[in-house]
Amino acid sequence: MLKFVLVKLAQLVPTFIGVTIVAFAFIRLLPGDPILLMAGERGLTPERYAKLQAEYGFDRPLIVQYWDFLKGLLHGDLGNSLVTHSSVVNEFFSRFPATLELSIFALAFAVIIGLPAGVIAAIRRGRTLDHTIVGISLTGYSMPIFWWGLLLIMFFSGTLGWTPVSGRISFMYFIQPVTGFMTIDTLLAGNWDAFLSALHHLILPAIVLGTIPLAVIARQTRSSMLEVLGEDYVRTARAKGLSNFRVIMVHALRNALISVVTVIGLQVGLLLAGAILTETIFSWPGIGKWMIDAISRRDYPSVQGGLVLIAFLVMIVNLLVDVAYGVINPRIRH
Amino acid sequence: MKKTLLAAGVAAMMSATPAMAKTLVYCSEGSPEGFDPSLYTTGTTFDASSKPIYNRLVQFKPGTTELEPAIASSWEVSDDGLSVTFHLRDDVQFQTTDYFTPSRPLNADDIIWTFDRQMNEDNPYYQLANGSFEYFDSMSMGELIESIEKVDDHTVRFHLSEPNAPFIANLAMDFASIHSRQYEQQLLDEGTPELANQQPIGTGPFQFVNYQEDAAVRYQANPDYFRGKQPIDNLVFAITPDAQVRYQKLLANECQVMPYPNPADVSEMQQNDTIKVLSEPGLNVAYLAWNTIQKPFDNPQVRRALNMAINKQAIIDAVFQGAGQVAKNPIPPTMWGYNDEVQDDPYDPDRARKMLKDAGVDNLQMKIWAMPVQRPYMPNARRTAELMQADLQKIGVDAQIVTYEWGEYLQRAADKNHEGAIILGWTGDNGDPDNFMGTLLSCAGVGTSNNVAEWCYEPYEKLIQKARTLSDQDERAKLYKQAQVIFKEQAPWDTLAHSTVFMPLRDDVTGYVIDPLGLHSFEGVDIQQ
Repeated sequence: MLKFVLVKLAQLVPTFIGVTIVAFAFIRLLPGDPILLMAGERGLTPERYAKLQAEYGFDRPLIVQYWDFLKGLLHGDLGNSLVTHSSVVNEFFSRFPATLELSIFALAFAVIIGLPAGVIAAIRRGRTLDHTIVGISLTGYSMPIFWWGLLLIMFFSGTLGWTPVSGRISFMYFIQPVTGFMTIDTLLAGNWDAFLSALHHLILPAIVLGTIPLAVIARQTRSSMLEVLGEDYVRTARAKGLSNFRVIMVHALRNALISVVTVIGLQVGLLLAGAILTETIFSWPGIGKWMIDAISRRDYPSVQGGLVLIAFLVMIVNLLVDVAYGVINPRIRH
Repeated sequence: MKKTLLAAGVAAMMSATPAMAKTLVYCSEGSPEGFDPSLYTTGTTFDASSKPIYNRLVQFKPGTTELEPAIASSWEVSDDGLSVTFHLRDDVQFQTTDYFTPSRPLNADDIIWTFDRQMNEDNPYYQLANGSFEYFDSMSMGELIESIEKVDDHTVRFHLSEPNAPFIANLAMDFASIHSRQYEQQLLDEGTPELANQQPIGTGPFQFVNYQEDAAVRYQANPDYFRGKQPIDNLVFAITPDAQVRYQKLLANECQVMPYPNPADVSEMQQNDTIKVLSEPGLNVAYLAWNTIQKPFDNPQVRRALNMAINKQAIIDAVFQGAGQVAKNPIPPTMWGYNDEVQDDPYDPDRARKMLKDAGVDNLQMKIWAMPVQRPYMPNARRTAELMQADLQKIGVDAQIVTYEWGEYLQRAADKNHEGAIILGWTGDNGDPDNFMGTLLSCAGVGTSNNVAEWCYEPYEKLIQKARTLSDQDERAKLYKQAQVIFKEQAPWDTLAHSTVFMPLRDDVTGYVIDPLGLHSFEGVDIQQ
């Protein structure tokens, strides 16, 4: 098992180097100059422009800039934001818990609804319930996040008044961040009302962000259950007179889960991508919104640093999924 | 049963409200970049820093661009215009917070410190910011201020390198917000000077409480404010980037004031009884600048002919959705010095065709530049360019629309040899006509992104330069009015529009005044309960 993990880790190294190159190049390939954007219509004299270029180090050859970026990265230093002048690493990790908390709730929503829905659809294959679930999941998969978010806000917050429109917690509470997870910090502060407010604020964004993963998980569970249900050992189990529930939950679902777990792992990248839009609609102070601001301002250090950190986290999650896969199915290890 | 209990609980909370602190929530459109206004240039940052937390020597009278006293109770300009003396109030206190307690009221040292940190290379704050004080520099304050003299504790004198009438108005701008020397010295002693940008101290109506990044900024009323404590106790900026979501929050009373509504939502808002929508013409102008050093646009008759071919009212209707007015002068009508007698060139394609023919222009092919971003003065430049393209087609001019990424657009526009005509605009900084007519149309701006018409016309230039040196406002207004007549005859631009600013707020909010300079201030705002 250790060898398996080590091999997987070693495979990450070239990927990670590739990521640093892409992250460094991506923001520089976009047209636009951060210094000119900062100046706006007011403009800059050529002398002032040259001075600022030199101060930020943009006048040096790209390869030198990249090398500095790599050196900093190895020391855990991704430089300072051009706009706020604060450390990129601090800015990222002060916002990351908000995104992670939202993603966890979204994924939980997707799994709790998606998994049973897929199982039910498989058992009821070809019946109305199956068609309904497949139809809904296809709709969910094709749902434009921005439109879906606004629709839910207008209906549940606007018309019914059931949920707050946006934000992470009511402005009435100020909770000193400890873990950065609002639900945990409110509990640590012993403020039950604030905890409920935080949960209340999570409902709509988690549903919006969880919709596409839900559809994917439901569809994957359905097809992999169908495959497993047709296997000989399931027929054997049934022939042995085991209850239908036991056959499905113990014999079929466990084996069907292998591919479902992989798909759930793959959703992490999708969740982070979806978080960018969801956070913008719900004014959610996470890394998605932060990256959008950084890209539009061509804040080179924030964009390249943020991309590398996000890629790194996605790679770690995928590694964990691979390891989990190895645990569920020992044959994979060899 | 449960529902009844809940309802009773809510009712109890509601009835307890009058005893609770008054809190006003403002759904702001973006995150502040920091809290030291000298470092930044965006309205979003000024709204969250200079407006609530700081004051300046002088200020714009709320809702106008007229100057009135603030930290300085009065001022006088020397006869030669080379020195300006400010007399400071003696009752101005810096805010007391858990990170700073002032031991003295504001005095001349704080004024000198505020400017020294933006112009003196040896000042540690200058070094901390790499000398990057964009607004201070773009208003040429470094070249203008020769020295600042402390006459006594409550009198400071600015010595200028040349007479400059807009100088006093510049001091009402956000970059000139007064910092506490004592506080920043304390931070330097503690080795944390950067905290001035994160835990600000000023003299303003509200003091900083905390900032949750990208989520909310909290303030509380400054109990020592020199104009008295504010009617509301707490002010919260709830950062809400999407206009539709801001509207929903306003409807749900999650916030009481919101900026920048979608133009399409305004009429629906006006129908709603719980919301009132304030509106005012913005202090801005959108224009199409012809490159006046290029053929055939070097001929004023050609420029006027092309101006007559463009139906500006159609642009107001289709692009601004009525939220604007046709512009005829380079300055907006709310600004002093505006010449209402100037006649705009009418929309007249037949005459335009004839004028072009008389000027010997045939089969003209040209470029129209459409900027890629929405600006306060221009909701959709691409759509505007398309309407222009169709209008020009009618008189036989073949216009091609080009666009570039915003930074590159400005950079290319600054090149003297750019082709064709550029859509651009301007939002006023200090309410002075020179900020439009001087900055955008004087000879010094040629070859920069300010004067993209590359227009340098001596009779106009003389008037502008003279107006800059006079201190009498009536005299200056006369010169600007003459300059507008010349501008119209020479037509370096097609003046397109002045946009209208809408400000939706809850019906129970009182005392809110729209700032013509486009910023948002909550001084004197109250909630009726």
